[in-house]
Amino acid sequence: MNSFLEFFSFADPNIRYVAFGAVLLTASSAIVGSFTFLNKKSLIGDAIAHAVLPGICLGFIVSQTKNPVILITGAFITGWLSLLAVEFITARTRLKEDTAIGLVLSVFFGIGIVMLTVIQKSGNAAQSGLDHFLFGKAAALVGDDLIAFGSVALILLIVVYFLFKEFALLAFDKDYARSIGFPVRIIELVLTSLIVLAVVIGIQAVGVVLMAAILITPAAAARFWTNKITVMILLASIFGAVSGLSGAYISYIAPAMPTGPWIVIVISTIAFISFFFAPKRGVINRLFRQATIRRTINDENVLKAFYQLGEENKNFFNPHPAEAVLRKRRMQHGAMIKILERLQAQGYLEKAKPGWTLTEEGKLRAQRVVKIHRLWELYLTTELRIAPDHVHDDADTIEHLLTPELEAELERILQFPKADPHQSEIPYRDR
Amino acid sequence: MNDIYIITTASLVASSCALLGCFLILRKMAMVGDAISHAVLPGIVIAFLISGSRDSITMLIGAGLIGILTTFLIEFFHKKAKLQTDASIGVTFTWLFAVGVVLISLFAGKVDLDQDCVLYGEIAYVPIDILIINNESFGPRALYIMSAILFAIILFIYIGYKELFLTTFDPAYASAIGISTSLWHYLLMSAVSLTTVASFESVGAILVVALLIAPAATAYLLTDNFKLMLVIACLAGIAASVTGYYVAVWLDSSIAGSIAMMAGVIFTFTLIFSPSHGLISKRLKATIG
Amino acid sequence: MEKEISITPALEIHDLTVAFDRKPVLWNIDLKLPQGKLVGIIGPNGAGKSTLIKAVMGLLPLSSGFAKLFDQDLNDIRTRVSYVPQRESVDWDFPASVLDVVLMGRYGKLGLFNRPRKADRDAAMDCLKQVGMEQYAHRQISQLSGGQQQRTFLARALAQQADIYFMDEPFAGVDAATEKAIIELLRNMTQANKTVIVVHHDLQSVPQYFDWVILLNTRLIACGPTASTFTQSNLQETYGGKLTLLSDVGDLIKRESFPNREGSAKQAL
Repeated sequence: MNSFLEFFSFADPNIRYVAFGAVLLTASSAIVGSFTFLNKKSLIGDAIAHAVLPGICLGFIVSQTKNPVILITGAFITGWLSLLAVEFITARTRLKEDTAIGLVLSVFFGIGIVMLTVIQKSGNAAQSGLDHFLFGKAAALVGDDLIAFGSVALILLIVVYFLFKEFALLAFDKDYARSIGFPVRIIELVLTSLIVLAVVIGIQAVGVVLMAAILITPAAAARFWTNKITVMILLASIFGAVSGLSGAYISYIAPAMPTGPWIVIVISTIAFISFFFAPKRGVINRLFRQATIRRTINDENVLKAFYQLGEENKNFFNPHPAEAVLRKRRMQHGAMIKILERLQAQGYLEKAKPGWTLTEEGKLRAQRVVKIHRLWELYLTTELRIAPDHVHDDADTIEHLLTPELEAELERILQFPKADPHQSEIPYRDR
Repeated sequence: MNDIYIITTASLVASSCALLGCFLILRKMAMVGDAISHAVLPGIVIAFLISGSRDSITMLIGAGLIGILTTFLIEFFHKKAKLQTDASIGVTFTWLFAVGVVLISLFAGKVDLDQDCVLYGEIAYVPIDILIINNESFGPRALYIMSAILFAIILFIYIGYKELFLTTFDPAYASAIGISTSLWHYLLMSAVSLTTVASFESVGAILVVALLIAPAATAYLLTDNFKLMLVIACLAGIAASVTGYYVAVWLDSSIAGSIAMMAGVIFTFTLIFSPSHGLISKRLKATIG
Repeated sequence: MEKEISITPALEIHDLTVAFDRKPVLWNIDLKLPQGKLVGIIGPNGAGKSTLIKAVMGLLPLSSGFAKLFDQDLNDIRTRVSYVPQRESVDWDFPASVLDVVLMGRYGKLGLFNRPRKADRDAAMDCLKQVGMEQYAHRQISQLSGGQQQRTFLARALAQQADIYFMDEPFAGVDAATEKAIIELLRNMTQANKTVIVVHHDLQSVPQYFDWVILLNTRLIACGPTASTFTQSNLQETYGGKLTLLSDVGDLIKRESFPNREGSAKQAL
């Protein structure tokens, strides 16, 4: 706990640098990654991430130092090469894109491993720490490294800021962008360079192996919370920043630990929470909404049963015991009582002797359901020429669903008919 | 003798992977293979923690189950959470792989695995791990395990050849004549999981991907006959193993990394010179035609 | 129209509703087809023509209703039913020969473990002969023209020796001569009391090709003998104004994640 306070008070300038650096790297990667996600090119990021390893090693072999600028340059070159290789293989052979990605990813990585092991055995003392690029080490973000990686991250943010509109349109509708005269090819080239750069700097914190996660996962998580692209990208950068910060913290309390996996676990947890709990698009919410729909259907079916009983004895406000309703609507007695009590609490039913009776409000709601049911049956039989004995089930669903606008449309199309295909009267509210 | 052991083990791994890889690339599931090979890591670590050793049936079963879970999760995120397929692959495998690496770090003392092994295996140690029964040495244990795996895969493909072939080429028609596409999908994924787990020690999680994809892709550029493609893929895998080993010895580098590199070299060579689908022959055909 | 079917109908569809992502793309289809007819399924793009075939072949989940073939469930008589998917649905770069593909038609009867024998090869060759492709038997499928690909698929269907055939756009991307040859072949099949159901696009050729038509546009407009069914007014209804209310309601079902049928909601909970 002590270390927690120590870290998050940011009193130590070293901690400040590391934390700031980690947040900057992951957030900018997440922002650029959002566009790969929207362009449905998530796995290309994975290929580039693996492919920068030989570039880093090459940079080291050439310079014999861990000069960040040279390593970044090397990584940028092989990252681009891998991308060209994927595009070339997909375009010029009959291999599909996924095969090309997997092939390039694993072969480039293999070459990287060969170089790395050769370097490790070369006995050059400067090499120690190169393997941090495999799984990331946020704590290494100090001094020159921070300046180099930080400036690249800033360049990313600035370019995205100025080309935001273009990137967004490209992700949404490339053909339209071309038709209004956007230089699509150039914008794509810029975006691709940004992705390569994002990978190149992100690996300092996350490492090449798991770099794809920091590109894809924040965007995937953010997508669940919003339909607005600006909000989505903002959220993605926040999610990325949170995971980057936690990575820096882990790196601080457990220097031996690689930070990449922890960053990925944090961002994945955020993503899973989003998948399940996000409002509207989340899985739980969808289940919950279905439960609500189910309840509405049950409620309205019971009201409908009251209405039908009312039609039979020409008085809608006669009381009926639960048993009478059960004859109309088969379900368990206990469940029925619960529904009846709920409807009573909502003011659609009143307690009476024997049982319950519709209130004025309840009658109106039931009447609307019955009306839509019969109108829909009529619509299906007249407009779609569906056999009258097949329309009931459909109408049973639609009656709970139709919006007032569609209801009015239905009445207009059918011109306020008097009876449904089974000669039952269609009840309108007093017109 | 050690050379022979290592090369033979690598060739067995490469052949098993190449056979399955042919199906993966034709099903456009290369990246699912990639995902599975990463995702089995936590299964391996957990099985290690439970059983305390690396050569157990527990490990094969445990990690095999995680492989199936991976395909299931990918489908779940895609269908239930409506995430696009490639993103759902990316999210799933990075998460599981990260969990695996963290578990290794947390239980470093108890688990005889390290990050390097995860990435590129320990095929150099194959000759050290000898199978001993009644004080008699029977050669490296990995040799036996990988032989069994390769045999199982050949048997699987032999028995289910028709069904695998058809569900790969035309799944709609396969279902229409009553062949369960999802059954064969999951059987194939189980085979991939099992193979990646068994190959894991030798070549690690990422280089197994190279052996799954590169030889199959090479074969696909050389033939239009599926059975021949299976054979050529195996040969390409073996060739990568042999040349990869000697290159690694020459450079004094990781053997598995070098095998992956050579698989890439063989692919590139094929890409350029293949008589049927190579760049040169295509260029020639274009100029003549 | 049902009066005209005295013997067992080749296909009976009852109250069939099919939904994609909850939105119904076919509403309550009811129809019966007699045996031994060449039947065209006609309708605009997005009318659900392919969907209808796929639903009958059990490739899509049904929201309601059922389909029976010769009064039986599909699973009981799969060997008597043949399906020709759309040509574009498969990857023609697949490493397989024409004969390999046609042999697939025998797989249904072979079952697990058994491999194709000489008799199967002979049957496959015979089917290739019927579609005029015998000289291409060992050609790679990637080298075929569109018409040849289609004929390969047709040969595969023939190799099944079924009694009812469902063909999804067999004339798409096929030259006029091949189209003529195929229709000839289909005619011969119906002469042998096979039922052939074809998704078709070209209205011009309908009267000349088909004995019977199904007019479809998310709902069934009409189904019956071509002479009495393929009329101007029915066509107008098929291709004329879309029922916007219907598709609005379909969208609403999808948006609200509504169950297609009341009963199906329970499983979702």
